[in-house]
Amino acid sequence: MKLLVAVKRVVDYNVKVRVKSDKSGVETAGVKMSMNPFDEIAVEEAIRLKEKGIATEIVAVSIGVTQAQETIRTALAMGADRGILVETDVAVEPLAVAKLLKALAEKEGAELVILGKQAIDDDMNATGQMLAALLGWPQGTFASKVEIADGNAKVTREVDGGLETVELKLPAVVTADLRLNEPRYASLPNIMKARKKQIDIVKPADLGVDVTPRLTIVSVAEPPGRKAGIKVPDVATLVDKLRNEAKVI
Amino acid sequence: MTSLVVLDFDATGIKQPARSAVAAAVKLGGEVHVLLSGTGIGESAAAAAKIAGVSKVLVADDASLTHELAETTAALVVSLAPAYSHIFQAATAAGKNMIPRAAALLDVQVISDISDVIDADTFIRPIYAGNALATVKSSDSKKLITVRASSFDPVAAEGGSATIENVTVPTAGTSSKYLSSELSKSERPELTAAKIIVSGGRGMQNGENFTKLIDPVADKLGAAVGASRAAVDAGYVPNDYQVGQTGKIVAPQLYIAIGISGAIQHLAGMKDSKVIVAINKDEDAPIFQVADYGLVGDLFTILPELEKAL
Ligand SMILES: Cc1cc2nc3c(=O)[nH]c(=O)nc-3n(C[C@H](O)[C@H](O)[C@H](O)COP(=O)(O)OP(=O)(O)OC[C@H]3O[C@@H](n4cnc5c(N)ncnc54)[C@H](O)[C@@H]3O)c2cc1C
Ligand SMILES: Cc1cc2nc3c(=O)[nH]c(=O)nc-3n(C[C@H](O)[C@H](O)[C@H](O)COP(=O)(O)OP(=O)(O)OC[C@H]3O[C@@H](n4cnc5c(N)ncnc54)[C@H](O)[C@@H]3O)c2cc1C
Repeated sequence: MKLLVAVKRVVDYNVKVRVKSDKSGVETAGVKMSMNPFDEIAVEEAIRLKEKGIATEIVAVSIGVTQAQETIRTALAMGADRGILVETDVAVEPLAVAKLLKALAEKEGAELVILGKQAIDDDMNATGQMLAALLGWPQGTFASKVEIADGNAKVTREVDGGLETVELKLPAVVTADLRLNEPRYASLPNIMKARKKQIDIVKPADLGVDVTPRLTIVSVAEPPGRKAGIKVPDVATLVDKLRNEAKVI
Repeated sequence: MTSLVVLDFDATGIKQPARSAVAAAVKLGGEVHVLLSGTGIGESAAAAAKIAGVSKVLVADDASLTHELAETTAALVVSLAPAYSHIFQAATAAGKNMIPRAAALLDVQVISDISDVIDADTFIRPIYAGNALATVKSSDSKKLITVRASSFDPVAAEGGSATIENVTVPTAGTSSKYLSSELSKSERPELTAAKIIVSGGRGMQNGENFTKLIDPVADKLGAAVGASRAAVDAGYVPNDYQVGQTGKIVAPQLYIAIGISGAIQHLAGMKDSKVIVAINKDEDAPIFQVADYGLVGDLFTILPELEKAL
């Protein structure tokens, strides 16, 4: 079974982003970029399926600028077999990403596509769902456990009240939640080996997809700040403040 | 301009976040219809008809719609879409699962997790874990939107008198099947509806300490119990307790963070709370930068004292 994983290059999760002074977006120049943490989990899950003999080949796909190749290299160093970069300077939205991934999933004959549940920059939490819709495949979003057997994926999902398990007939789309697994670090020998693995570069037009955004950014602003309040010396003062000053208890 | 709001509900009634989604639609203006899908909806439909601001309740009663499978619910929403300019659902697990799927079927770019409505095309949504607020304008002819419930005061549960109408359910075959759920049972209010939340972090050390130290405080306050990712990952409490960028987004009247350092991903889920209290032994913990009242000290001595003082 061939597997596709989507990996996005995002501002590292440790970076506290700053809004640009002209309010056009956030400052990304000179900022550390990494693979979206949820996508590391997606890649790890794919590799485990290959180690179990369920997946035969893992193709890591990224959509974005030339430098997104580094993100693909990270996936290759973890254990993916080859990469595809859909190169574009446009800040592609989930709908366009889903259209590109659909074209690739069909071209590659993938039976399972694993994505992160959400990219930590734009926080849309949408691409996997949109991809499943376009392919007409079932979706297992926010997955904390995936078992593949007899042409089905049994997916345990993190939902508001706890956990839910669904069974999806393959082909299917799965999006990874935080507790699906703990991604491995790439070892040095594997990083070296990854340099020789193949990355194909295509353009959205090659896949017949128009990536023109549907949303335009009018402005990006800092959220209203919160001021640090006061330190209270003891429990009695705290309770008094909550009762008589804040009046919340 | 007519909006459709997909309501989250269960046997206990219409969920509070659903009324926040209605509030977003009301703010937009125009007529507001709501949709209930599933089975055995009768009582919930009657309750939905009383929600302030709603003029029509659509009921889709069909076995294929139980368990809120995204595949069948999205097909239903798509079949109803021609009559609507805007389709909303709260950004609950169900909303986040279904709305983007319906949007893709309609060739629309979903607008996720909005925190404000500017006009029919323009919305505000937090990005980068809430460290920036983007005002986005959609050029799609129809908008599909999930709503950050904590940013909209829910409309009143009573006061409306909407008509109730049954709708035809499309026979969408699906290769997805619900198997089971494991839901946390609790007598406490739900995190997304609670007025007070008491949350514990890695500093709690284990699940037993949650039960022994946090639960009694939460009980006295009638509060919900939340947690940081570290506490959930360590298995102290179930996943649905997680507050943060990738957990639940909450904005209660009072949020008490205990043994939580205040990572940006945690702050993203609670920094809009009206009053924040932090209890931490490290006086430099970042959580104090957002706390209205900070108490530096050992939670193992502070929590029993707090419980007695309430
Ligand atoms: C104000 C603003 C500023 C922005 N600034 C930047 C910026 O500086 N840098 C930047 O990179 N983007 C930026 N974008 C984001 C860009 O528009 C998003 O990539 C797009 O909206 C997708 O949303 P998402 O990534 O949150 O998707 P989600 O649906 O949250 O992503 C879920 C999963 O889909 C997959 N996926 C999504 N996109 C890709 C991709 N391109 N390649 C491979 N897999 C993918 C991943 O597996 C990911 O985990 C900005 C957007 C806005 C609104
Ligand atoms: C992609 C991604 C998504 C994430 N999403 C979320 C999310 O949704 N929600 C979330 O919470 N986190 C999230 N995180 C994790 C986040 O970065 C932090 O790791 C996490 O919030 C830390 O939890 P904590 O504050 O409980 O633990 P720690 O940071 O370890 O803090 C523990 C605190 O307890 C205090 N303490 C210890 N013992 C005592 C004592 N006896 N008395 C008083 N105080 C004590 C310590 O001083 C310390 O400040 C995410 C991370 C990533 C990468």
